[in-house]
Amino acid sequence: MRRINLRAVGLAAAALGLVVAAGCQANTNNGGEQAADYCGKKVGFFGALSGENAAIVIPSRDGAKLAFKQYNEANPDCQLEMVEFDSQGDPDKAAQFAQQVVADEDFLGVIGGAFSGETNGTMPVYQGGGVPMISPSATRVDLSGRPGITVFHRVVGHDGTQSAAIAKFLRDEGATKVFLIDDGSAYGAGLTAELAKRLDEGTPKIPYATDKVQEQQTIFDATVAKIQAEQPDYIFYGGYPREAAPLFRQIRGANINAQLLGADGLYDPALATNTEGAAEGAIITCPCLPASEAGGTFTQDFVAEYGTEPGSYGAEGYDAAKVFIDVISAGASTREEVLAGIKAYDKTGASKHIKFDAGGDVDPSVVVVWAYEVEGDGLTPLKALSVQ
Amino acid sequence: MNTLIDHIGQYTVDGVSKGAIYALVALGYTLVYGVLRLINFAHSEVFMVGTFAILVTYTLLDVQQYPALVVAIPTALLGLVVAGLASGGIALLVERSAYLPLRRKNAPPLIFLITAIGISLILVEVFGLLLPRRIGHLLPEVFGRERAASLSVPYLFERKPVLTIGDTVIDSIHIIVVVAAVVMMIGLDLFINRTRYGRGVRAVAQNPQTAALMGVNQDRVIMLIFVLGGVMAGAAALLWTIRIGNTQSAIGFVIGLKAFTAAVLGGIGNLRGALLGGILLGIVEVYAAAITASIWEDVFAFIILVIVLMFRPTGLLGESLGRARA
Amino acid sequence: MTTPETSTPVESAPRHAAAEAPAEGNVLRRLNQQRRNAQAAIRQRWEALPKWQRVIAVLAFIVFLYYLPWLGYLPGGAPPRNPVANLQIPPFHLIRTDLGSGGSPWAAVLFTCALYVMVAIGLNVVIGLAGLLDLGYIGFFAVGAYSVAIFGSVDSPVVQALQERFGLSQDWAIGWALCIPIAIVLTSVSGVILGWPTLRLRGDYLAIVTLGFGEIIRIAARNLNGQSGPNVTNGPRGISAIPGPEGPPSPDNQIFGLTDAKPWYWLALTLVILMVLGVRRLEHSRVGRSWLAIREDEDAAAVMGVHGFKFKLWAFAIGAVLGGTSGFLFASRYAYIDPNQFDLQLSILFVAMVVIGGSGNMVGVSIGAILLVYLPERFRDLDEWRMLYFGLAMVLIMILRPQGLIPSRRRARELADRAEEVRGGRHRAEEATINA
Repeated sequence: MRRINLRAVGLAAAALGLVVAAGCQANTNNGGEQAADYCGKKVGFFGALSGENAAIVIPSRDGAKLAFKQYNEANPDCQLEMVEFDSQGDPDKAAQFAQQVVADEDFLGVIGGAFSGETNGTMPVYQGGGVPMISPSATRVDLSGRPGITVFHRVVGHDGTQSAAIAKFLRDEGATKVFLIDDGSAYGAGLTAELAKRLDEGTPKIPYATDKVQEQQTIFDATVAKIQAEQPDYIFYGGYPREAAPLFRQIRGANINAQLLGADGLYDPALATNTEGAAEGAIITCPCLPASEAGGTFTQDFVAEYGTEPGSYGAEGYDAAKVFIDVISAGASTREEVLAGIKAYDKTGASKHIKFDAGGDVDPSVVVVWAYEVEGDGLTPLKALSVQ
Repeated sequence: MNTLIDHIGQYTVDGVSKGAIYALVALGYTLVYGVLRLINFAHSEVFMVGTFAILVTYTLLDVQQYPALVVAIPTALLGLVVAGLASGGIALLVERSAYLPLRRKNAPPLIFLITAIGISLILVEVFGLLLPRRIGHLLPEVFGRERAASLSVPYLFERKPVLTIGDTVIDSIHIIVVVAAVVMMIGLDLFINRTRYGRGVRAVAQNPQTAALMGVNQDRVIMLIFVLGGVMAGAAALLWTIRIGNTQSAIGFVIGLKAFTAAVLGGIGNLRGALLGGILLGIVEVYAAAITASIWEDVFAFIILVIVLMFRPTGLLGESLGRARA
Repeated sequence: MTTPETSTPVESAPRHAAAEAPAEGNVLRRLNQQRRNAQAAIRQRWEALPKWQRVIAVLAFIVFLYYLPWLGYLPGGAPPRNPVANLQIPPFHLIRTDLGSGGSPWAAVLFTCALYVMVAIGLNVVIGLAGLLDLGYIGFFAVGAYSVAIFGSVDSPVVQALQERFGLSQDWAIGWALCIPIAIVLTSVSGVILGWPTLRLRGDYLAIVTLGFGEIIRIAARNLNGQSGPNVTNGPRGISAIPGPEGPPSPDNQIFGLTDAKPWYWLALTLVILMVLGVRRLEHSRVGRSWLAIREDEDAAAVMGVHGFKFKLWAFAIGAVLGGTSGFLFASRYAYIDPNQFDLQLSILFVAMVVIGGSGNMVGVSIGAILLVYLPERFRDLDEWRMLYFGLAMVLIMILRPQGLIPSRRRARELADRAEEVRGGRHRAEEATINA
């Protein structure tokens, strides 16, 4: 028995060696590929395109698609393609797409991720493949400026700015007690922690109580009980609509009348309709512009193309795509060239003036955080919030 | 910890009303286990079907939120009937089509378990994907979205404070849920202990062979307990929609595991144990969430389950439907 | 020893069934009989071969397994971007999953198959050999994955805490190879921790408790994120930059990089082969025979001096290490894990693939694992309906063929015996009611 096992293992090792040798040879044979012209190259877009949280991502996808369509119509002999990947906001699905994109030489960059969680999970993969990323909506603070990461950029302000705006808003409104709920996601937990910090550090200091819920949760008994015990006048939820809808319903169903607050993750017009009125009057902040404020002809073009006004991050999605298009069509046809072009980019887009700093962020002074109110059938812009 | 102590009354009341719902679902597990020694994993989906039946009925009747009491009460009763029929029906269907062939072959418990899990998966997919695909256009509010994470059911009754003891508010919903659950349970208890059919159930639970010898039709008794368990789950579904007001195709899993924990905690096979176990579990969960955070809630339920099974597998009240289990 | 009768012990049951349903039974019976004869004939031919020929055949099969990433093409052919460019060997290339657009890379699918086969073999030790129903096996998979993530990745809070404490550079982490013994220790300890309090429980209680443990591990991984508990796992944010054999993910990784799955597949395949050899030896050893005795009749085994508890604990620990190895490789390859990946559904699917494949039989459970991975990838249109099909498959196979697709002969006999018991008992009960 033992003799045969040794022989078997030895023969198997020999066979393995032969096969690996053949494989290595094959790889070197294919090593010398020419850097092709930039026509026909691809840019990926990944985010939640289906599922409960898709409403926040689809406008940015549409904005990006519009940018590519405009370019392709003006350049019929040299097309660029945008390939969509539906990650459903799930970091694991996104990681698998990331592997695919990195392996395909035709991809010169990705627009994404739409959510902070999936951006965080895929960043090392894209860095490993040298694929530049421009996110239209991932706002978690520590996504940018990571040591060793050169590929990540975003055309949106981060949660440091957004939380400062929310804290100032609370102070201006004279809030006496805030209840902070987050969903433990990369985005929700990060934003809520930032907000808690600013409530503590500014003047006057606003007391707060906290609770955490989890993604996919639908029963919020414990949270509601805690809120009833704490009696806040403002309730802030850091997370996505999938959990916010039943949460708001159960809060209102328990006769709690505190003002509901949410951030850009909740910018979903469906909140007005699928909560049976519970979200009415809730205030949602977003570092994204209302359609009327977008620069250039973006809004008109968007309405002409899709028939509706751009929702959350529509202009940002357009801008992210435009950065890639401008850089590639200027002659960049490899990932390194595209990355260099992005780092040197300095132009005004539909949402703001776009120039990335070393960490990948845009200048905080061009970021405007808006407050929207859930009213009737959708969201209406209230005012621009100041950060100071 | 301070929040808990300060408001312990409120948390307890919340826990009791939550636990009452667990108790009703637990009855289904305990009935089937007491007679067949089988963990009916698919029972949680029976509960889910009940909630969907209510949702469909309310949508078809265009029920509004917080209707007048004159409308709300009949609507609730209608919901109860519909859910009872749907859940009982599904439970019976599952028993006839899947468990019966396995019983005929005297399959070991592992096979039953795998089959039950398979049925669970099928039911979740039917309501999450198949029905939205096929009839989504007919009922867009219910089946419009595939695998919808949360479907709202209009609240029928407003929360009005009924009794205030110091800091603790007992409101109308608490009362409705607990009273309804207790009534259903008393009804079931009377049925099992006072009627002829109930005697048959107890006989088969005690000793199937002797019961057969005594002329009890084992097959009918088994059908009966599945239907009873299903009806109890249907009642739980109605109370669920009254209290929480939403559902989804995947709602069965967590509720099922908690209800099973409740059944085990109280003494599996013991009807009163299911009530006790459910209420205790509800209270412990709410306390745990108050001390730590809501996200640790499920872990506490599982830990209780593990501890009870390890140290006192017969549960708090011990006895089963027929005899004490070792 | 290998005459048709004894090699097909389930034969007795269907004969009775055929007597009760003659119409369709005849055709089915004949087909069944033909199938069994064919199987028996093949087995006879196989065992008639001289040993050295059998060894050559097995080795040729193993070489074929290593060749699989190039299936449909000559070895050394480039991964097909456009299939017609390389020399195809039809119809084998149809088996691949990456023919059209949107298909997963074939080598990546093979890698996942190998991982799941590892899980199946490990779970088979627990369910099939020791007879313990474990519904929380994903927990061990998760422990293996987190072992390499927590200790090997610069993104891990534990590594970062160590960096601070000892003033190490930001690039320092425990090497990949060193994480292996750590993983083995952690997984076997978790196997013992799970087993110690629970192995005294009866079958279905054990199942529920193990399910609870699997969930506890997932929830703990999710909650130990620094806010609701000490930060060990980064919570739902997950841990990225998990190293492979060549170090942290970077474009410099030549062999074990992020894009080419072939070397990963070969590594996994090598581990699978070693595992199969190991488990086979275990089966035929004292430990394996003790498991068999415990499975058949624990009390009788105790009388014979076989201490049930100790061997069951061994089964758990070994199963945990095997499952953990699979998780370890999983984390290394994808360089990113988070608690949501280790959910209950996966645990149930693991059990399903073992039981449907044929618990107790390593070939059977491997086939179960491969089908579970391959079919949804190859037939992408069915991917959405995947869970529905699995549910249906589970129910149908448990009712119609509970011993599994490729059963262990012992298991098939056990089930047939149980069916026999009932048949006799039911007749007696029926007679009693008629006469009552």
